[in-house]
Amino acid sequence: MSAGNIVPRGRRPKRLTPERVGLHAFLIICALFFLTPLYVMLVTSLKGMPEIRQGHLLALPSAPGLAAWGKAWFAACTGLSCNGIRVGFVNSLRILIPSVIVSIAIGAVTGYALSFWRSRGAVLLFGILIAVAFIPYQVFIYPLVRIFSHLGINNSVPGIVVIHTIFGLPTMTLIFRNHFAGLPEELFKAARVDGAGFWRIFGAIMLPMALPIIVVAVILQVTGIWNDFIFGLVFAGRENLPMTVQLNNIVNSTQGEREYNVEMAATLLTATVPLVVYFVSGRWFVRGIAAGGVKG
Amino acid sequence: MNDRSNVSLRGVEVAYGPIRVLDRLDLEVEQSEFLVLLGPSGCGKSTLLNAIAGLTEVDDGEIWIGDRNVTWLEPKDRGIAMVFQSYALYPRMNVRGNMSFGLKVARMPRADIERRVRTAAEILQITDLLDRRPAQLSGGQRQRVAIGRALVRDAGVFLFDEPLSNLDAQLRAELRVEIKRLHQRLGATMIYVTHDQIEALTLADRIAVMKDRKFQQIGTPQEVYLRPVNRFVATFVGSPAMNFLPGQIVVGSDGPAFHSPALNFSLATYPFASTPTDATQVELGIRPEHVVLAPDSANAREVCVEMTEPMGSDLLAWTRLGELPLSIRLPAETKLAPGERLPILLPEHRLSLFDAANGARL
Repeated sequence: MSAGNIVPRGRRPKRLTPERVGLHAFLIICALFFLTPLYVMLVTSLKGMPEIRQGHLLALPSAPGLAAWGKAWFAACTGLSCNGIRVGFVNSLRILIPSVIVSIAIGAVTGYALSFWRSRGAVLLFGILIAVAFIPYQVFIYPLVRIFSHLGINNSVPGIVVIHTIFGLPTMTLIFRNHFAGLPEELFKAARVDGAGFWRIFGAIMLPMALPIIVVAVILQVTGIWNDFIFGLVFAGRENLPMTVQLNNIVNSTQGEREYNVEMAATLLTATVPLVVYFVSGRWFVRGIAAGGVKG
Repeated sequence: MNDRSNVSLRGVEVAYGPIRVLDRLDLEVEQSEFLVLLGPSGCGKSTLLNAIAGLTEVDDGEIWIGDRNVTWLEPKDRGIAMVFQSYALYPRMNVRGNMSFGLKVARMPRADIERRVRTAAEILQITDLLDRRPAQLSGGQRQRVAIGRALVRDAGVFLFDEPLSNLDAQLRAELRVEIKRLHQRLGATMIYVTHDQIEALTLADRIAVMKDRKFQQIGTPQEVYLRPVNRFVATFVGSPAMNFLPGQIVVGSDGPAFHSPALNFSLATYPFASTPTDATQVELGIRPEHVVLAPDSANAREVCVEMTEPMGSDLLAWTRLGELPLSIRLPAETKLAPGERLPILLPEHRLSLFDAANGARL
């Protein structure tokens, strides 16, 4: 180091104070608390049933193998069909992709409309939207089932997509509205003087500026919709049950011997998508939580 | 190249809910005129500009541009172009994209767009910036691009909303000259909002001084500067502000006179707006540069120098006339020391008298 003008004064701060030791101990315990189940699941899924029956929960597998994973994916039984959890995986994708696209598209437009085109009652509408987000959604399920069966979209992929769109709307609207509200209003005015209308301003000016928030929205919606259980169970129909519901059927089946290794593998497979999303997008995800604010 | 338009406001009113922002404003802006709306923040000047642009709906009154009533037209149909304080460039488009966006929206043929963008870029000397993004530009360059975007619209009326406020002093002076040159070259009608009195004085054909949702005075920079209609205008325009000396009018046998403990003199030649009444409480206003040093005059009064501020081009002396503060602008080479006494005269034709009660010019 070259001699600078800044001369350190006072006691040199200690690297390891009792407070820091305590803090780290606490953090390590917390990490263990969450990591131990994951570890148990991972090692169990790699063991064979005879080894599991010995009951050494934390022991490493003596002969690790992917047999249970293969069975979980290709041949695990839910009810009478034994096609593995891949059926659910495909169903979940069929629900996830349109739901994410539609809910984000609509949320972006409503957020944009609410922040720039202040029509009469916009504030009230927004207030209602946010207030409704706090009502437990179990309340809506039965009426919605009746409405959907009346409309003929109950037990179908479009039905469940509509459900995810509706229930994603408050959060999506909120994060997009907050994002757009942070943009300078003069930008909007300039575009209006340039003659652009509602959709042109949205598509050409605002949406390109919303890329970061779109990433956040995708993360929120992918994890949220993938982890959904109750909507999938109620609205998707028998043919389209998502992976979470199938996992539940596998794990809770009362027939025959419980294959813990297969169940663990199936669970890990189901958790893969959100886990990958968390790991790949950690920074964005935290931002999403901050932006979402009300995601329950 | 423009169809030059006059702008006419007839009883324009804007209210946000119960809060009135503009109060029945009437204004005629001539063809090719450069009109500056000057006022402190919150006076409604930007709202008025937005109303002319069609970005704020008016609650009452009419706005005419040229021979059309545009009160209810969309901004794009009013024949206006606008430049904003924050530049408001589209961040995801390059300079060419920014300038051509409005023309693309209007479905102009590509060759015409290219030609217009090129012409505007040449006028503003931003041709070599055409492929850059706004983030890659300096503040001055951004505002040039924003002006270019307004230029390509080939509008009859240009609206500027404090376009130079975000720039540093040197760039501000530079672009100010450029805007004035542009006005001379295009001959378009320009309406320019600012709170900077220097910009107003240098650019305007006429200045409309606003305060509290109303016009205080509309006149040439000369008129506004030399004959402010009230105390507010006198204070707001000019730096340092006009000096004010409280006193009262005494109407005697040889005409009206000004009386105060420190100062008495005749106002026989002062152009009163109406016949002065005896014992009116007034404030006598005089600009710092209008105070005259008069070492030989018998009528001169003495002031005591408290402090001097050399401004480069001239020297500002802060003095006291009796108890009252009085600033005087003097030639830069004047040598003065604090405590020195100066003989001064207040030339009658340079004075402004304001009613102490309501601030109106007498």
